[in-house]
Amino acid sequence: MKISGAEIVARCLQEEGVEFVFGYPGGAVLEIYDAIFQQDKFKHVLVRHEQAAVHAADGYSRSSKKVGVALVTSGPGATNAVTGIATAYLDSIPMVVISGQVATPAIGLDAFQEVDMVGITRPCVKHNFLVRDVNELAETFKKAFYIAQTGRPGPVVIDIPKDVTQAMTEFNYPESVSIRSYVPAGRGHPGQIRKAVSLISEAKRPFIYVGGGAVLADACEEVRDLVRLLNAPCTNTLMGLGAYPATDRQFVGMLGMHGTYEANMAMQNCDVLIAVGARFDDRVVSVPEKFLAVPKKIIHIDIDPSSIAKRVKVDIPIVGNVKDVLHEMLALIRQTNVHIDSIALEAWWQQIEEWRKPNSLLYVQDQEIIKPQYVVEKLWEVTNGQAIITSDVGQHQMFAAQYYKFDRPKQWINSGGLGTMGFGLPAAMGAQLANPDATVACITGEASIQMNIQELSTCKQYHTPVKIVNLNNRYLGMVRQWQEFFYGNRYSESYMDALPDFVKLAEAYGHVGVRVEKPADVEPVLKEFFSSKYKERLVFFDFMTDQKVNVFPMVGNGKGLDEMDLPPHMRNNGGGDGDRDYGNLC
Amino acid sequence: MRHILSILIENEAGALSRVVGLFSARGYNIDSLTVSTTEDATLSRMTIVTHGSDDVIEQITKQLNKLIEVVKVIDLNESDHIEREMMLIKVRATGKDREEMKRMADIFRGRIIDVTEKTYTIELTGTSEKLGAFIEALDRTVILETVRTGASGIGRGERILKI
Ligand SMILES: Cc1ncc(C[n+]2csc(CCOP(=O)(O)OP(=O)(O)O)c2C)c(N)n1
Repeated sequence: MKISGAEIVARCLQEEGVEFVFGYPGGAVLEIYDAIFQQDKFKHVLVRHEQAAVHAADGYSRSSKKVGVALVTSGPGATNAVTGIATAYLDSIPMVVISGQVATPAIGLDAFQEVDMVGITRPCVKHNFLVRDVNELAETFKKAFYIAQTGRPGPVVIDIPKDVTQAMTEFNYPESVSIRSYVPAGRGHPGQIRKAVSLISEAKRPFIYVGGGAVLADACEEVRDLVRLLNAPCTNTLMGLGAYPATDRQFVGMLGMHGTYEANMAMQNCDVLIAVGARFDDRVVSVPEKFLAVPKKIIHIDIDPSSIAKRVKVDIPIVGNVKDVLHEMLALIRQTNVHIDSIALEAWWQQIEEWRKPNSLLYVQDQEIIKPQYVVEKLWEVTNGQAIITSDVGQHQMFAAQYYKFDRPKQWINSGGLGTMGFGLPAAMGAQLANPDATVACITGEASIQMNIQELSTCKQYHTPVKIVNLNNRYLGMVRQWQEFFYGNRYSESYMDALPDFVKLAEAYGHVGVRVEKPADVEPVLKEFFSSKYKERLVFFDFMTDQKVNVFPMVGNGKGLDEMDLPPHMRNNGGGDGDRDYGNLC
Repeated sequence: MRHILSILIENEAGALSRVVGLFSARGYNIDSLTVSTTEDATLSRMTIVTHGSDDVIEQITKQLNKLIEVVKVIDLNESDHIEREMMLIKVRATGKDREEMKRMADIFRGRIIDVTEKTYTIELTGTSEKLGAFIEALDRTVILETVRTGASGIGRGERILKI
């Protein structure tokens, strides 16, 4: 029996077990929307802006083990989706984005709502397709889902001209797919694994550096086993938070630009580094030469060969699925009874404890003004450390990463690579749909939240009771911090004037809003509104926070990991917050 | 250093633009690029001449391999190879220059493939270096037009780039 291309689209999504499609209709996808109307296997979530559709699909994927799916129309629908696609690309999130396209005879004629979607997205997708023939539609979907979730995952765009959605053909969904030019890396070379284990056995100051690749590869159990077996200290990157439990003694905190003192010092001074699904990116290792100034041997496990030796030369590259490689490594370590010299290891731990002692994340909560760190810490307590946390981009994102102790993978969802403000709320929506029983909170700033605030409406429609924790400092805080540090307190365009009354705004959308101004109210308010009484409600917490707070430690641009700008209490001059001139804050 | 990369790629719409886009997006150099289908109509073979440090060439190779439609990439510089480029060059050929032009073409084993009263068009094949040397050998004022294909390369002997 012949069915239309649009029906094929719906059937393909069903075959892939898709639960939710996040999208927005328009002319070029009307056929597809008609096919969606006539089926009930998957649900469609109508967002209020296409960027949010892609972020929601992204949050859905990051908080589950599934591929996110978004559907947008041609032209402006497609271009609105691009930021979301690039966000997913830089964080390697498996996703399929379907975009409508003008009918094939109109392509290239500057038709109404025509853009070259394949051309626009080429640099920010894992792959993309323009389907010109309805007979290729089913196979293209099969390939898209396969490519999106195998190897190093990433977003795949399928651009479908309107006439292809109208054309009729038989539907056969391929059972399997193989692409001769695409062979994702497999298990990792046994010889390299042997070399790595032998190097580990000689380590005196071992360090394990775990990135988002471990989360994506579902390798966190193996990471834990390795860390514990070697009794080595472990750090997670911003993308890797949760891969190793933050409350464990062997965890030294996040590393990088806003990493802890102990994590950055250990990274700098280790002698054998095991990098697991991490890519030495510029927010972790700002200057490779400075990082390598302390001689060290590096083992780098990654599924993507191009991640290896891109910024930092390594000694033992192992290309392969992180989970499989770690599995083999663990087996070999156990089998050959490898142990790290215990005296050396003890000295190393002593050194680390010394670095840990001053507590580089220390801050003081006074009686007057709410510190953003305090809110995150209390949030962690009130949610028993169990919430799924999404964030936007800025200081609040770093505070979330530093002070919410993530104990499991897929609990922390943020735009690490692209740093997309506006990501948090739609991502939280997607995460809530993927995890209907979980507590989902979005830690945001008054600027970021306004970039996709319209999604409060979507949350109402689909009953996603996410909790929005707005750390409202009336500033583009992170921008202001850089202006303070590097631009002589010239706060150019970083004050957020004319803010709305977020409580009323939340209420206008049919939600609950609460404004908190006093430190003493933080905990009770969180307790009340995270209680079961509000389980079914979206609550917008508007915390009025200190405008002067900066994120510490900080590795400035061009600095080595051991050249951190430290919090006041760790500065040689004895610190005290008074040593900084803030200029005139509004 | 100059490198010559051979790429086997699916003969699909848009595949070429992915390769070119990769070079421009990541700031790699393309000195020349040639592409055409092979004896297997589903595959194209591309030769890219580029230059960069060893690290950059390694990244280029890895990034190319990451493109879904790229089947194989080899760096011909890694072993013995042959490269050829073709040039069509139109020169002024009048008076005593006419004989001189013919002689030069012969020395470089070029063929005159089009003749008018005032011009010759010479076809010349060889390494890019040789084509460059021919241009150098001519008096610039006699050159009317040049078209070069860019280099194509192939490994020597048993070294074969195939699926
Ligand atoms: C879409 C987008 N535009 C601009 C930026 C640059 N940027 C990074 S952080 C930041 C300030 C964010 O302010 P806010 O959301 O209030 O968070 P805060 O830093 O105050 O916690 C800006 C403008 C960005 N990351 N994303």
